[in-house]
Amino acid sequence: MTYILVLEQILNGLQFGVMLFLMAAGLTLVFGVMGLINLAHGSLYMVGAFAAAAVAGWTGSFLLALAASLAAAAAAGALMELVVIRRLYRRNHLDQVLATFALILVFSEGTRWLFGSFPLFLDVPSYLSGPISLPGGIEYPLYRLAIILIGLAIAAGLFLLIARTRIGIQIRAGEADREMIAALGVDISKLYTLVFALGAALAGLAGALVGAIQSVQVGMGEPVLILAFVVIVIGGIGSIKGALAGALLVGMTDTLGGVFLPRLFTLFMEPASAASAGASLASMLIYILMAGVLLVRPSGLYGGST
Amino acid sequence: MKTIRMLAMAAAVPALAAAAQADTKIGMITTLSGGGAGLGVDVRDGFMLAIEQDGRDGVEVVIEDDQRKPDAAVQIADRMIQSEKVDILTGIIWSNLAMAVVPAATAQGVFYLSPNAGPSALAGKRCHPNYFNVAWQNDNLHEAAGAYANDAGLKNSFILAPNYPAGKDALTGYKRMYEGELAGEIYTKLGQTDYAAEIAQVRASGADSVYFFLPGGMGISFLKQYAGSGVDLPVVGPAFSFDQGILQAVGDAALGVKNTSQWNKDIDNAANAAFVAAFQEKYGRLPSLYASQGFDTANLILSALDKAEPADQDAFRAALKAADFDSVRGDFKFGDNHHPVQDIYVREVIKEGDVFTNKIIATGLTGHADAYAGECKM
Repeated sequence: MTYILVLEQILNGLQFGVMLFLMAAGLTLVFGVMGLINLAHGSLYMVGAFAAAAVAGWTGSFLLALAASLAAAAAAGALMELVVIRRLYRRNHLDQVLATFALILVFSEGTRWLFGSFPLFLDVPSYLSGPISLPGGIEYPLYRLAIILIGLAIAAGLFLLIARTRIGIQIRAGEADREMIAALGVDISKLYTLVFALGAALAGLAGALVGAIQSVQVGMGEPVLILAFVVIVIGGIGSIKGALAGALLVGMTDTLGGVFLPRLFTLFMEPASAASAGASLASMLIYILMAGVLLVRPSGLYGGST
Repeated sequence: MKTIRMLAMAAAVPALAAAAQADTKIGMITTLSGGGAGLGVDVRDGFMLAIEQDGRDGVEVVIEDDQRKPDAAVQIADRMIQSEKVDILTGIIWSNLAMAVVPAATAQGVFYLSPNAGPSALAGKRCHPNYFNVAWQNDNLHEAAGAYANDAGLKNSFILAPNYPAGKDALTGYKRMYEGELAGEIYTKLGQTDYAAEIAQVRASGADSVYFFLPGGMGISFLKQYAGSGVDLPVVGPAFSFDQGILQAVGDAALGVKNTSQWNKDIDNAANAAFVAAFQEKYGRLPSLYASQGFDTANLILSALDKAEPADQDAFRAALKAADFDSVRGDFKFGDNHHPVQDIYVREVIKEGDVFTNKIIATGLTGHADAYAGECKM
């Protein structure tokens, strides 16, 4: 009985970690390649979810909705880069934080203006709904399993893109030495727009995938953004491998900590206060993890380059 | 210097003229942007509908957005009280904002009428003659849910709420009335959107039902994930996760869920029927319980203004306390701590055509007052 619960929670942690990876991948690429802190990354997540909800409402097709989330978030990201972000690369981090914070407000109120103040409806498609039985007697929601697989597939695709393709080489070169790659005749501004749009598309996809099992509403991106920053700090800024490791670590810690800490506390406290104290400590756990990692490796797990 | 004085004079003349007309100034501080805006928009729309229907001269409403931030709410309240000289404040949705604003406002001699938040402190030890709650004390709907669980023969509930004061009040309220066993008690993170871990614990706990208080988007997430998990236990909640604004976003996952509320659109009285029709006509959507609370708050103020001016504090207070208006809830009266004594109903989520909504199936508690009234020395 208990081991089923543990296995199920490990799957939950994995699924949460994979979603975080989709968010963190774009954030860490943008930071690594362009040196830009983008607080508005959570808004792209929201754009993806709203685009998916709108398209699913019109067409009824979940696949079209996912495609729309990718396209809308990539377009919003590219537009954002061309109009605002491009002017910020040479500025210091404080200016970047201020400008991208302003973008959060613009996106939030713009979305409210378009879609209203009430949450939108986006549901899991019928062919992915309900639980399935896994070996070992675990009943697990099929949709969450699909999220894990999609996320892992995207992670693999990203590694291939970075390691094996010409664009990947340019991205890695851009991280290492911006002036040199520009001197070698690579159109650096086009590369930046491309990387930004790619990161935005991943965030938008995450928003759409998660939107189907959560609520599609204004401001949904900000809590995830904070976690994504924790992930890239733990993983090492600029490293895709670090983002994956950090995301899975944070996902597992958060999920398993939230379940098992309150139980641990019941050993020496009464149930009501154990539930409350355990929950409080569990919500701090990922930040304790981050502090611990930074103590041992100040530039994160895979961040040795800077 | 001269021009400035001229301008000031020019500005002062119409201001004086307006002052002669607008005798009563009402300040509304509510949440109109950010994640919780749906609630504030509903309260505002319900409130303004009543003001418009009444149509009298001499009432002016100033509306400001608090962005769900306590410091912003405090600033707005200070400005409204000190420079705009409002007589009455209202509108706050969240208990933490109410705690930041209400005690200071009532201490400055302003009337505060709460259309939503009902923290226990303001009902008990820190109650104030100028504070009236038109909605409910925070625990009320949860107490009704506990009472309903007994009636429905539920004996082993799994209960969960976010780890913040209103969440703790919620589970306390449920446990105050509920007589069965607890299969588990979980406090989730405030703003949490993924409940896979909690649902797995529900599955493993052997519970016969789930009670949850997860307002707004948290409830939407929980219900959708619960429906997909294959756990098939009855769910009970307070109306906050099943109001008209949220239900459309939950969809089929909410069908059949029992929830407790002091209002529903099918309460059978003339005022309610007229309110539901007028709200639908004006705003093109069904009203939520928040809209009904805004509507009642405005009508209560208007009924008191018929009898007295806010400047005559004792007379106006007595007129408010009398609650001499047609509430959409039917009978409405205040207890000694200026909180409602009212019936709380059990509703079931149904689908009418394409629209998800609620219908009343039972009365959870009759003539219910809050548990803190005794601590109020007024």
